[in-house]
Amino acid sequence: MSNAAVTAAASSRAAAAGKSALTRLGEAFVGRLVIIIPYLWLVFFFLIPFVIVFKISLSQTAIAIPPYTPVLGFGDGLSGFFAQLKQLSMDNYTWLTQDALYVNAYVTSVIVAAISTVLTLLVGYPIAYGMARAPATLRPILLMLVILPFWTSFLIRVYAWIGILKPEGLLNQLLLATGVISQPLIILNTYTAIFIGIVYSYLPFMVLPLYSALEKMDYSLIEAAKDLGCPPTSAFWKITFPLSLPGVIAGCLLVFIPAVGEFVIPDLLGGSQTLMIGKTLWNEFFANRDWPVSSAVAVILLLLLIVPIMLFQRAQARAQEQDR
Amino acid sequence: MKSLGSIRRDFAPWNDPNAKPYIQFDKVTKKFGDFTAVNNLSLTIFEREFFALLGASGCGKSTLLRMLAGFEEPTAGRILLDGQDLRGIPPYRRPVNMMFQSYALFPHMTVENNIAFGLKQDGMPKPDIAARVGEMLKLVKLEQFAKRKPHQLSGGQRQRVALARSVAKRPKVLLLDEPLGALDKKLREETQFELMDLQQSLGLTFVVVTHDQEEAMTMADRIAIIDKGEVMQVATPAEVYEAPGSRFVAGFVGNVNMFEGKIAHGEAGAASIDAGNGITIRTENAGDAATGAAVAFAIRPEKIRISSKKPAGAVNAIEGEVYDIAYLGDMTVYHVRLDDGHVVRASTMNAARITEDPLSWNDRAWVSFRPDAGVVLTR
Repeated sequence: MSNAAVTAAASSRAAAAGKSALTRLGEAFVGRLVIIIPYLWLVFFFLIPFVIVFKISLSQTAIAIPPYTPVLGFGDGLSGFFAQLKQLSMDNYTWLTQDALYVNAYVTSVIVAAISTVLTLLVGYPIAYGMARAPATLRPILLMLVILPFWTSFLIRVYAWIGILKPEGLLNQLLLATGVISQPLIILNTYTAIFIGIVYSYLPFMVLPLYSALEKMDYSLIEAAKDLGCPPTSAFWKITFPLSLPGVIAGCLLVFIPAVGEFVIPDLLGGSQTLMIGKTLWNEFFANRDWPVSSAVAVILLLLLIVPIMLFQRAQARAQEQDR
Repeated sequence: MKSLGSIRRDFAPWNDPNAKPYIQFDKVTKKFGDFTAVNNLSLTIFEREFFALLGASGCGKSTLLRMLAGFEEPTAGRILLDGQDLRGIPPYRRPVNMMFQSYALFPHMTVENNIAFGLKQDGMPKPDIAARVGEMLKLVKLEQFAKRKPHQLSGGQRQRVALARSVAKRPKVLLLDEPLGALDKKLREETQFELMDLQQSLGLTFVVVTHDQEEAMTMADRIAIIDKGEVMQVATPAEVYEAPGSRFVAGFVGNVNMFEGKIAHGEAGAASIDAGNGITIRTENAGDAATGAAVAFAIRPEKIRISSKKPAGAVNAIEGEVYDIAYLGDMTVYHVRLDDGHVVRASTMNAARITEDPLSWNDRAWVSFRPDAGVVLTR
């Protein structure tokens, strides 16, 4: 074969390859479009707002509109922009570490959220188990009942708990009338009230993933365990519980993550005696009008929650792999 | 010595009046609400027997097995195992193990741990567990799959793990609920023989539930045919096939031609049956059916000869027309419409590759059979 022929063949091959690569690129683009849309959503409604909040957290508070400085802009040209950029600092973050209030609020929030999550699991597991073992005809109704509270506003439902928990509320009246107690219990404006509020509000988020894990479990596995000499309680811990673990993890994270930053429940039920980061942030923002510090609080909270969120993602991915 | 079918069984404790029953269902009834799943049923199974409960789905055979395992309690009656009444004993204290239809392998445990599960429950020392698990893995030829999880195995391998797990504890009785139901045909046939070998080598009593008559016939020493919660017949496969006790059993197991009629004249087991439309059947197997009794004459297709000319000296020969032929390789099945409209199924073994006098569709043909070829059924 002559040199010319080799080159020609090579170039035609290259052309063919190039063309197919181009069409492949086009196909890939159409395929990716479906994924691009949610990504765009995240960029516009999560990433950009986050960048704005982060920028504010690096600013200084000021009596102005907006109440911080510098306000980045190109009014003074590019050099002016860089000059403004130089004014940004980490001062607010150092402030957060210096005032024990913030550290306490973070730690308390994580502890309150963790205890609430465990309580929700303890309440939710039997409910989910009962639902999964209920006759198949009854299950949709039970599922409906779990979701039913969502039909009423979350705020109103939390308000309703004030009526139940306050010293002269329904619970105390009932306990006093039946003679269980002689003095009204002080529940409202304590951490107990926050636990009750979180367990009540987030129960469906615990029950639903647990239910879906327990419902698809084959009951003959329990029979097989019993058949092999395993008493019912032991069968629960050796078979049922390990198999429901993906549901347990999902449920716990779905409760824990929002509970850490919860504002409404501590504000309405916890009163002024309790300290949680959601409320601190609110006060900083609306009472103090200190946007930069409250932005710093929000950024730290987000960083704190990224760990459990990543754990949740990992657990989800693993559960999906198991299903396959 | 003459025998039904073409095999001789040396293991036949059911014929020995002194044999001690191992499992006894004594007038057992099980009701689920208004539905009677098992109705006043009595059954005896002997030690080391391979016993099959055969019936259509919903006949109550699985309920029998589940009562033996302890998942259900009888509404009335007793179940005895080796002389011990099982009532009130929970499944985890019964010396029986079950292989589940769905296999029920624990998805979060390896093959090894699945097999070891029952042994750990018994508090067996660790080295003994390891030895027993190794032995079981070898038995079912899954040594190299010990560390796999059930979802990484094929259907056939899962079936073996389920089997190994259920025999690992050396139960007195192994209960198998449709053990081969989820396997494809070829694997099923292989596994049938493996199960028989396993039962032989371990010396266990097997009770298998199946809806597949071929499976029951292949594996079992005896078969109980169950219908609507009642035992229709308990017998060896050959007896069930060659000497069915009722119209139901004759029709349920294998193919059969049934002629309804009356005993026209009978003495000492021999009788002629008036099957209507001028058909008279002479048989030697009338038993004690009285003259005038309404009976069914049942004859298997392979016991009917088909020929184009009337066979000389045949006791029973009826003329008809060939209207369907199915060539199956090992045999050919003919459907012959008799002159009264009755359709008779006759099958011929293709023992030779070349047939001298082949039949075709719409040919006139004679079906003939010997007087001992069929049975007379009164029930």
